[in-house]
Amino acid sequence: MSIILNHVSHVYGAGTNQAVKALDDVSLKIEDGEFIGLIGHTGSGKSTLIQHMNALLKPTEGEIYFNGADIHDKEYNRKMLRGKVGLVFQYPEHQLFESDVFKDVCFGPRNLGLDDKEVELRSYAALRQVGLEDEFFYQSPFDLSGGQKRRVAIAGVLAMKPEVLILDEPTAGLDPKGRDEILDLVKRLHDENGITVILVSHSMEDVAKYVGRLIVMDHGKVQYDDTPMAVFAHYKHLETMGLAAPQMVYIMNELKESGLRVRTDVATIEEARDEILAALRLKNTL
Amino acid sequence: MSIVKTDKLSFDYIRRDEEGNVEGITRAVNDVSIDIKQGDFIAILGHNGSGKSTLAKHMNAILYPTEGTIWVDGKDTADDDNLWEIRQSAGMVFQNPDNQIIGQVVEEDVGFGPENMGVPTKEIWERVEESLKAVGMYEFRLMSPNKLSGGQKQRVSIAGVIAMHPKCIILDEPTAMLDPNGRAEVIRAVRALNAVENITVILITHYMEEVIHADKIFVMDKGSIEMEGTPVEIFSRVEQLQQLRLDVPQVTLLAHELRKAGLAIPTGILTAQELKEALCQLF
Amino acid sequence: MIRDITLGQYYQADSVIHRLDPRVKLMATLVYIVSLFLTENFIAYGIAALFLIVMIVLSKVPFRFMIRGMKPILFLMLLTVLINLFTATGEKLVSFWVFTITVEGVKRAALMVFRLSFLVIGSSIMTLTTTPNHLTDGLEKGLGFLRVIRVPVHEIAMMMSIALRFIPILMEETDKIMKAQIARGADFESGNLFKRAKSMVPLLVPLFVSAFRRANDLAMAMEARCYRGGKGRTKMKPLHYKGRDWLAYLILALYLAGIIMIKIYLKWALI
Repeated sequence: MSIILNHVSHVYGAGTNQAVKALDDVSLKIEDGEFIGLIGHTGSGKSTLIQHMNALLKPTEGEIYFNGADIHDKEYNRKMLRGKVGLVFQYPEHQLFESDVFKDVCFGPRNLGLDDKEVELRSYAALRQVGLEDEFFYQSPFDLSGGQKRRVAIAGVLAMKPEVLILDEPTAGLDPKGRDEILDLVKRLHDENGITVILVSHSMEDVAKYVGRLIVMDHGKVQYDDTPMAVFAHYKHLETMGLAAPQMVYIMNELKESGLRVRTDVATIEEARDEILAALRLKNTL
Repeated sequence: MSIVKTDKLSFDYIRRDEEGNVEGITRAVNDVSIDIKQGDFIAILGHNGSGKSTLAKHMNAILYPTEGTIWVDGKDTADDDNLWEIRQSAGMVFQNPDNQIIGQVVEEDVGFGPENMGVPTKEIWERVEESLKAVGMYEFRLMSPNKLSGGQKQRVSIAGVIAMHPKCIILDEPTAMLDPNGRAEVIRAVRALNAVENITVILITHYMEEVIHADKIFVMDKGSIEMEGTPVEIFSRVEQLQQLRLDVPQVTLLAHELRKAGLAIPTGILTAQELKEALCQLF
Repeated sequence: MIRDITLGQYYQADSVIHRLDPRVKLMATLVYIVSLFLTENFIAYGIAALFLIVMIVLSKVPFRFMIRGMKPILFLMLLTVLINLFTATGEKLVSFWVFTITVEGVKRAALMVFRLSFLVIGSSIMTLTTTPNHLTDGLEKGLGFLRVIRVPVHEIAMMMSIALRFIPILMEETDKIMKAQIARGADFESGNLFKRAKSMVPLLVPLFVSAFRRANDLAMAMEARCYRGGKGRTKMKPLHYKGRDWLAYLILALYLAGIIMIKIYLKWALI
């Protein structure tokens, strides 16, 4: 069970004088149950990449396999694929359209051709999963707050029971409170429901806390594909790509340079605190 | 001299049903009295729904107080005769860069404000040139706004406001829809305006990193001003900020944790540099 | 990527036609169209063709761009040709089954082909050499006299220019919404007409909601920048006639006079 991208390239406007190579020979394997962060600045190709994973875009070159089958095979059922590889776009405003929240969530499973009972069961379960209170179920989705809209959008995809959930910058435009709530929700979906998650973001801080694997894109290529800590070790190179490592990485590196023997591969504040305290104790007892 | 002053300002949003009957009243701004000095860099913090944007819209006479008074450059906004002078002296930049650019060419958009004010053609060109240079967008003057990045579009919006020669510029979450590069670009441009042109800046945001250079910070919650002070003062009160569910800069948090663990570190540390210096004192 | 499309069909080049005041070009197009309908004289049509060729050469726009404008009306043209060919009465040329083609019919069909293609190419020259923006300015100033009879000329021009700015943005948004719904299993392509119309709802609702929100935001932003309609407004790029514009008007007047003269005095050359 996996998604495999084999030497995938994508060119927008191929054949015209304005052709842009958005993906350049990308090969990746995404295993079941992973929690992946996908990072890159605007225009690095990350949005193009995720749209290939559920066949919204067709590669100009290369193949994509989902669970061993080529998704651009003539007989391949791409509608079912989109149920299995759920993609939640950045702005919930781009998908909410029904007169109430519940009906809107039903849209996805209904398109899969399920019977009414199953559609409603799934939608109800999905709204529960995202933690939306019952009182909002029959309200217009347009009256909800930004964070709530985002939840409904996620529920709309979850109701299709995806094996892989891809979220394109799910926290854009939310305040710190809304952002933490959405990220915690995504983590719960991964931990409790065993869904493979790909989280697209340009915030290293967000990603560092949650993911087990970090993919960094730049100029349509995969620049790094490793654990977050291993990627952050290249913080100087990340800067040249218009990205930045979490602040902790900078602080620890600065402290190390000024003579305090600390590890630099820490991501959280608690780790940093313990590391600094230990190093200070060591230094002052000597 | 104060540029924006409010006295017990309150604002109610009134929701009406289809027949126009009042369904409910939400108090968005509650009893706010602030005084902003000419030339200051002011930040207003708070999460969504805290009333900060509603307050900002009062400063440009887009909304009028339900109770209390607001004076912009000494003029009461409730007085209709002052409307255009107020809008000229307090310019406003909004959140969504696409929804505030009117022109189809960058320079024409920057000229839009002065055109509305009836500035003579020759002077419009001078103003457009100087404004675009002030935000570093002069070389893009002939481009279509649709081809610019988010950060560049916001800089064009800022230039469009500067071209009106305001005394004060209010930025209502100008970076909320931008990526980190775009955010840095916009904040750099805004800081330069404040430092070089001495324009009063009122920056509304929920990104803490953007406000550490402000002269004064107001923190809003549930329509009221909860905290008020310099960045060092505000960020010394880490627990209160966390209670308001605001993001405290990571360095400040780390310094706070270390102090709690018994290290002699001063409060209100805002940058990695400051933390490093404080720690170097200890060994 | 959709944002890169250019609206209208402006062709960037540096030519005397490009530099003309948009009001001149609007007037010229109008006069040219009138001249085509004024006469059915083949000498006049020869002059109209010559005039057109000179304009095409002066504009520095490749001829194939002008032909492009003909594609959408090809069917219409064919239809008029057929109708004229078979319905005109007069000297019989050939006949088969119930159809009769007359000399008169051939002439009328030819006239229609010339008239329509000259008309399309003529107006293409204007749109190819004038940016939509410039065109709006030209309309605003050129039709300014209509204000007297309370036509909100400035407002109409402002709406046109805002529409031009937002069409690419809304097109990009349409693409995004479509993808978001396809990701939820929506199908915009299969099914009969009724089903397809119904499947547009998930696309149109978010699009309209967004368009209204944008309109609202934009209105607020415009007001914040002191916009209060056309009154007391100055222009960053005011339109001023230059020497070449007056010359163009003169040439245009001569052309029209010429056509009228031919119509009056050279009656023998009727098609």
